[in-house]
Amino acid sequence: MLKVKNLHATVDGKEILRGINLEVKAGEVHAIMGPNGSGKSTLASVLAGNEKFTVTEGEVEFEGQNLLESSIEDRARMGLFLGFQYPVEIPGVTMANFMKIAVNEQRKFRGEKLLTAAEFLKLMREKAKVVELDTKLTSRAVNEGFSGGEKKKNEIFQMAMLDPKLAILDETDSGLDIDALRIVATGVTKLHTDKNATVVITHYQRLLDYIVPDYVHVLYKGRIIYTGDKSLALKLEKEGYDWLINDYKE
Amino acid sequence: MAEKNEKEILQDLTGEEYKYGFTTDIETELIEKGLSEEVVRLISEKKGEPEWMTERRLEAYRYWLTLEHPTWAHLDIPEIDFQDIIYYAAPKPKKQLGSMDEVDPELKRTFDKLGIPLEEQMALAGVAVDAVMDSVSVKTTFRETLKEKGIIFCSISEAIKEHPELVKKYLGSVVPYKDNFYAALNAAVFSDGSFCYIPKGVRCPMELSTYFRINAAGTGQFERTLIVADEGAYVSYLEGCTAPQRDENQLHAAVVEIVVERDAEVKYSTVQNWYPGDKEGKGGIYNFVTKRGLCRENGRLSWTQVETGSAITWKYPSCVLLGDNSVGEFYSVAMTNNFQQADTGTKMIHIGKNTRSRIVSKGISAGKSQNAYRGLVRVNPGAENARNYSQCDSLLIGDQCGAHTFPVVDCRNRTAILEHEATTSKISDDQLFYCNQRGLTTEDAVGLIVNGYAREVLAKLPMEFAVEAQKLLALQLEGSVG
Repeated sequence: MLKVKNLHATVDGKEILRGINLEVKAGEVHAIMGPNGSGKSTLASVLAGNEKFTVTEGEVEFEGQNLLESSIEDRARMGLFLGFQYPVEIPGVTMANFMKIAVNEQRKFRGEKLLTAAEFLKLMREKAKVVELDTKLTSRAVNEGFSGGEKKKNEIFQMAMLDPKLAILDETDSGLDIDALRIVATGVTKLHTDKNATVVITHYQRLLDYIVPDYVHVLYKGRIIYTGDKSLALKLEKEGYDWLINDYKE
Repeated sequence: MAEKNEKEILQDLTGEEYKYGFTTDIETELIEKGLSEEVVRLISEKKGEPEWMTERRLEAYRYWLTLEHPTWAHLDIPEIDFQDIIYYAAPKPKKQLGSMDEVDPELKRTFDKLGIPLEEQMALAGVAVDAVMDSVSVKTTFRETLKEKGIIFCSISEAIKEHPELVKKYLGSVVPYKDNFYAALNAAVFSDGSFCYIPKGVRCPMELSTYFRINAAGTGQFERTLIVADEGAYVSYLEGCTAPQRDENQLHAAVVEIVVERDAEVKYSTVQNWYPGDKEGKGGIYNFVTKRGLCRENGRLSWTQVETGSAITWKYPSCVLLGDNSVGEFYSVAMTNNFQQADTGTKMIHIGKNTRSRIVSKGISAGKSQNAYRGLVRVNPGAENARNYSQCDSLLIGDQCGAHTFPVVDCRNRTAILEHEATTSKISDDQLFYCNQRGLTTEDAVGLIVNGYAREVLAKLPMEFAVEAQKLLALQLEGSVG
């Protein structure tokens, strides 16, 4: 589904990604861990197409297409979803309206029939249940006045609405209390099938108790330096990164 | 409901430019260019006005001659040659019309094209329209229906002839000709506009609206509108306007007066979409307007305006809160793009006790445009317990435009409570990225964010106009995002 080869990217002339190699297949869950500043969020942003970053080298293939040549919106419409670490507020635009546009843009792109208002409302009620989102939130402005937990639930709600092929969740667990974490993580698990794939970026093993990864990657200084299975996350939780990164320190 | 259409509206827009820029090919009766006592008399004569009206015009004209063009606005106005303007232009019917009510088919087609059908059976449900082209009113719909309730809705020209007692009493009572340069000019040469009178205790059963269209080249349009809501009456009034696309600038200098008697309520909404000029700033309408309402005891006046058109907009719809417990409101969205300039805002004059006012102004500047909010809140010594809330927001799109605010508070009573909030913001790259990541193009995202920003004001508009206004906001932004 996703093939990243030797990906390099810079921001303001500074190289953040220094040769990422990653392959994600349908049905898989990948976790990306690593110390602060190692480039995890940058990787998510670059894959989504954020123009703040410049790709200087490498290739990314998504569903057989050259991802780097597509616009941000086309990547989204092709089925790439980014769950934001800091979801943005859009005052005066209701969540429902925002989602209706997003869903129909995707359907239009795929040559599918647009949803009527009634069909859309039905879909929205159904999907809100996935993350136990109060449907009242859908008539409020996008993320405006949402609590930290509501914002993160709202990201997963949007993921449920858009039903992506590949979801990249950037620290979706940060700032969540124990109950909210369970709800958000269970939501993600419910959405997982053998046809789609999930990449979770996290600092904590506890998220991976719910979302069980097939692979755990450690990102450090812009490179994936180690890949293991779910037991790696447990080891990292106990022992930290030192044993891994010592060899790479300059 | 408004939201349901939002996306479809945005979709319609791709690749569209000012779509009202066409010209109607109709024979027009024009008088010579220039302004003099003879011209003022000629206009009065063309309109078949009584002697007292002619005299009023001349008085205003003589006063105007003593005035100089004001320079205080934050606007760059090229010098206007008032002798180079045609002050009267009337579409001439192609054939002899069967009855007074009949409209020339060419004119009817024009208004159809503008989305303003002049046949009552085709009109928007519950909206009566007075259609004004250049200097004359073409047709006023639903007059008979309204007459049954005692409501008078006609052109100001007809009102002068048919209801002289009302016109004499109210015309110039809120905006006297000595008010300002353009008020004096308008009082001298005003062409047409609407008159409506809602009698005591009557709630007007439909929206009243006037649609202004400039067609003839080289002319100025001098709209004059007078609305009177007698004691306990209610009316909601809408105004729309468009003009053809031309390289030269044309002047629209209007005066709107509103009288809100005791316990009455008037809502006045404008969607202003005069031709704004092209992308290089060539052409466009100069929209220099004086709008003011006077509220007596417990009266309530609400101005809502969406200003997207005109090369230069210069207007301050105001409320004189004369009666105790009267309420004034001003809700505005002013959007400028390319080389447009706008200096707009309101004045709330608190004279009566317990008077309240509310100002919500949302400016949006894009391209190389300049957008200014100018407001005055005055509390007179006798205005015990006056209250005002002002909110004044500016949104900037791109880095070559300007937003300016000139709020003035003049408070002379210690019991008054005045609040003022202001924000300036930009559409952030993060907001755009978030929208893009959900599958929206940048252009759609900007349209959506701007409509969200203006939502509080748009929500005050009647439904049909709210949809129209949303379209306009998105349309005006075309090409403003790089």
